[in-house]
Amino acid sequence: MIFDPFVLPFTIGLLILFFIVFYKFGGWIRKFSSEDKSNLKKALFSKNLFVACKEIFYESLLHRKIFRVNPKLGYMHMSLAFGWFLLIVVGNIETRIHSGREINGPFYPIFFKFFEHNRSTIPFSNFFVFLMDLLLLFVMTGVVLAIFKRFYSKFFGMKSTTKLKIGDKFALYSLWFIFPLRYLAESLSSAVYNTGGFFTGTTGDILGSFLPAADIYYYFWWAYSLALGVFFVSLPFSRYMHIPTEVVLIFIRNAGVVASKQYNTLSEIEVNACPRCGICIDKCQLNTSLDNKKIQPAYFLRDVRFNQVKEEIATDCMLCGRCEEYCPVGIKLNNIRVAKRKDFAVDYIDNYKYLPPDEVAKADVIYFAGCMTHLTPSIKHSMTKILDTAKVSYWFMDEDGSVCCGRPLMMNGKDKMAAELIENNKRKILASGAKIFVTSCPICLKVFGEEYNLGIRVMHHSQYLLQLVKENKLKLNLTDNNIVYHDPCELGRGAGIYEEPRELIKRFNNLVSNEFEKENALCCGGSLGNTKMSHDQRNIIAKDVVLQLTSDNPDILATACPLCKKSFTYKSSVKVMDIAEIVANSISQTEPEKIISRKEALMNA
Amino acid sequence: MIEFGYNIAKDRQIDFDKNDKRISTYVRENEPSFKTCISCGTCTATCSAANFTDFNFRKLQLMVRRGETLEVKEEIKKCMLCGKCYLACPRGVNTRNVIIQINQAIEKIENHDI
Amino acid sequence: MNKKVVVIGGGIAGMESSAHLAALGYEVTLLEKTDKLGGHLLNWEKLFPTMRMGKEVVTFLNEGVEKGKVNVIYNAEILNTKEIMNGFSITLNNNIVLESDAILVTTGYDLFDASKKEEYGFGIYDNVITSAELEEKFMKGEKITTSDGKIPKRIGFVHCVGSRDEKVGNTYCSKVCCVTAVKQSIEIKEHLPETDVYCFYMDLRMYGMHFEALYRESQEKWGVNFVRGRLSEACENMDGSILVKVEDTLAGKPMKMSVDLLVLMVGFEPSLGTKKVGKILNLQFGVNRFFKTQDQHTLTNVSNVKGIFFAGSCTGPKTITNTITDARAAASTIANYLSGHDIHNRIMTSDIKATV
Repeated sequence: MIFDPFVLPFTIGLLILFFIVFYKFGGWIRKFSSEDKSNLKKALFSKNLFVACKEIFYESLLHRKIFRVNPKLGYMHMSLAFGWFLLIVVGNIETRIHSGREINGPFYPIFFKFFEHNRSTIPFSNFFVFLMDLLLLFVMTGVVLAIFKRFYSKFFGMKSTTKLKIGDKFALYSLWFIFPLRYLAESLSSAVYNTGGFFTGTTGDILGSFLPAADIYYYFWWAYSLALGVFFVSLPFSRYMHIPTEVVLIFIRNAGVVASKQYNTLSEIEVNACPRCGICIDKCQLNTSLDNKKIQPAYFLRDVRFNQVKEEIATDCMLCGRCEEYCPVGIKLNNIRVAKRKDFAVDYIDNYKYLPPDEVAKADVIYFAGCMTHLTPSIKHSMTKILDTAKVSYWFMDEDGSVCCGRPLMMNGKDKMAAELIENNKRKILASGAKIFVTSCPICLKVFGEEYNLGIRVMHHSQYLLQLVKENKLKLNLTDNNIVYHDPCELGRGAGIYEEPRELIKRFNNLVSNEFEKENALCCGGSLGNTKMSHDQRNIIAKDVVLQLTSDNPDILATACPLCKKSFTYKSSVKVMDIAEIVANSISQTEPEKIISRKEALMNA
Repeated sequence: MIEFGYNIAKDRQIDFDKNDKRISTYVRENEPSFKTCISCGTCTATCSAANFTDFNFRKLQLMVRRGETLEVKEEIKKCMLCGKCYLACPRGVNTRNVIIQINQAIEKIENHDI
Repeated sequence: MNKKVVVIGGGIAGMESSAHLAALGYEVTLLEKTDKLGGHLLNWEKLFPTMRMGKEVVTFLNEGVEKGKVNVIYNAEILNTKEIMNGFSITLNNNIVLESDAILVTTGYDLFDASKKEEYGFGIYDNVITSAELEEKFMKGEKITTSDGKIPKRIGFVHCVGSRDEKVGNTYCSKVCCVTAVKQSIEIKEHLPETDVYCFYMDLRMYGMHFEALYRESQEKWGVNFVRGRLSEACENMDGSILVKVEDTLAGKPMKMSVDLLVLMVGFEPSLGTKKVGKILNLQFGVNRFFKTQDQHTLTNVSNVKGIFFAGSCTGPKTITNTITDARAAASTIANYLSGHDIHNRIMTSDIKATV
């Protein structure tokens, strides 16, 4: 049997790693609901498995999503992950061909160049030597970049890199050493036995010219093995746990297990799958505008993983979703944040018994302005004008004041309280017999669409106005205004509504594009998701965003959310308007005598 | 007059020395903007809950500051956390967090944490 | 040869300081961006607290400018300035180049744009107007009516619109709005005795001489009502009247009230001219975006640039009385400077004296 004592650190480390990882995975799988378990079983024997494998290949090895956001960072991750993976695979093939055995000691391919010196006994040896050297070089470029990044993250276009915990430090530093040590060990061996290729062989020749290679190469194999052992043992306690976890996560997601509002096993797996790559830190406006580097998902999920979540971290987030949009692992970050807020939330029942008996009007369409819209009356004023002009039979549900939709409570982890408000509003909506529910507030939109189960169409006013225009119920005049459109977080990333407002603007005005649009839109700073930020901090964010959006001197800064409008108005020298105002202002006045406003109708009656 | 041994009438005056100012102290520490209220009443005027019931956030804050906290726990449940008051406040008081912090202070007092 | 002073801005402060500088023997050039001297004062009919006519004050100021033979340049715009030997060279539009030994900046204020305070409905509802628009009606002798020509039965005045409001970015008190609301309330009652007037205020700041008396008169003689509460929002009723939402904080209850006309008491903001001139002359701005004087107590007219001074509301909201006083103070400060007293360093010396 091929063996040498130096392989022990590697072998023992690997065994410990396998034991801990499988123990953790087992624990997770056990905790799944029986429904999720059967989904997982089914997925094992279906085409889902292939889909999952493909995704694992793309994301865990090639890191395609990181590439998209940041090519340099993507290359770094790919060279380490995919390079190492190929080293293992090719190494295994090489040893199998050489030994003729299917099963070899796990250390045999890893330390192959220590054990085998006679190249002539190895089939295709030149090919393998070349390939393995090439792969080693590939991995080494990643290692160099990783070390470089730790000290100079700006090179990667990243303003910040994550801070480390103890377990991370062990894992990180041992990881840095693994490949340089392998490189040195193989080079020195090559100096003695001429086993190296273009990379290790050449280096070996140089090193051998001034070092007693034969005396020292053995110690480098020990060091290499030790570095591997330390890395394997510290991996489960470090952020590198994301490597095995992400594989499992991709499989579980493909099996159809979906996130729930509670913090559950899937959330726990997601938390462990976070590689703390730091992309979220760079995307977070609390960092870029306020220099707050404490609350981003990379740190928050770490706190969750080690059960150290603090209230002020959990609640100091705008839930704008920019981090989630760019997370290479696709973790449902807002979901986890809100779920964790429940640990701190004081959530009562029976709070809103004071709400008055329902007063319901029958209509085809319900218009719900939303709480905030009452403080931006030009929006509701425009909406009533438009609905009157288009002769829509509608009920202005919250004309005399809103019963809140419940979303702000839910964002703060108060589901029970929210449920009471939802119940109240839902009853009224259903009683009205309306087929379409239109709201001006994107924050409301999400909860009416996702939590109310109304069974009727829930639309944001930008969608509904476009529909009215398409149905020719509204005739609008062309303008030559240059309009830049700001995507509200809840409407864009939250509800995926990017095109309708743009189409509405484009039909009658010039739409100006901006770097920070659609998925990359910034948050106005007015978010109801954050209860910690001060007024001054919100102002700084709003000001930064306005500067970005108005860089091309548009005539109008348009948005589709009362909160965004409020945030921008005092910071912008460019006129800020809601999309409803823009539409209302350009209503064609060709047949004014035929329009009877609701006001007049009521006055006559 | 029959003496019941206790007084069912409301206190005639705020006994500031005796009053329990723990909630006030807790909220001041955790949401400093709480200190800057000038009782202009904009929050109460715009309040979604006050539109339907007897709920006065300005008064509630004032009572907390004076240590008159008996009714605070029940009162505060009426808030819907909609955020209109925050948007309207001329002093930039982080009203939603004031509510949340009062909630937490009450819970902490009940658990004997403060 | 006489020393030369250029005064930028032909409002109250610019006019009165020019008159005094001329009286002190300097050659004064007064730059005015429009074709008239008088600034905002031209838009005010009667002045608090005495109800005397604004144009009387304009006449007084004009006389000073004329007697002093001040060189007034109308429609002037400063393109750039250069520091030259012991003074400045100023290039205007029309290629006029002025040389001066000192500059006095009196660029004043603009009124807050009430449409930015959207929840009060200005620019959305016809019956919401600003205090400046109401004054214009007084000035022109127009009847005070609602948008559809009816006599308002009830009028509301909203104090602190664009002042003492972090949300609009103006945290300071504009100082004149409280007493202006009282003044305009009385005028409303003079014109329309049957109309009820309600003032919605956070604090009534009647700090000036006779302000308190005017406040009392408004209650005693005219029956003006005061509600302590800041408006949260206004909406339109079916009949076009305005429904205001406020808390009557003294009653401790939210209150809804319909008014036929709502007047917004718009506050002061640094004028566009203040911002522009400040940039050209490299002047420091304070936290409130008005010019920063070098000391709150002692160097109230002194800027950060040697030879440049301030007067009037470009350093913060001021009443007419205060502006006139400040203009005279600036003139004497400049005389002090041009006589060779190192006024910029005087504060330093006294600081050191105090510590020694």
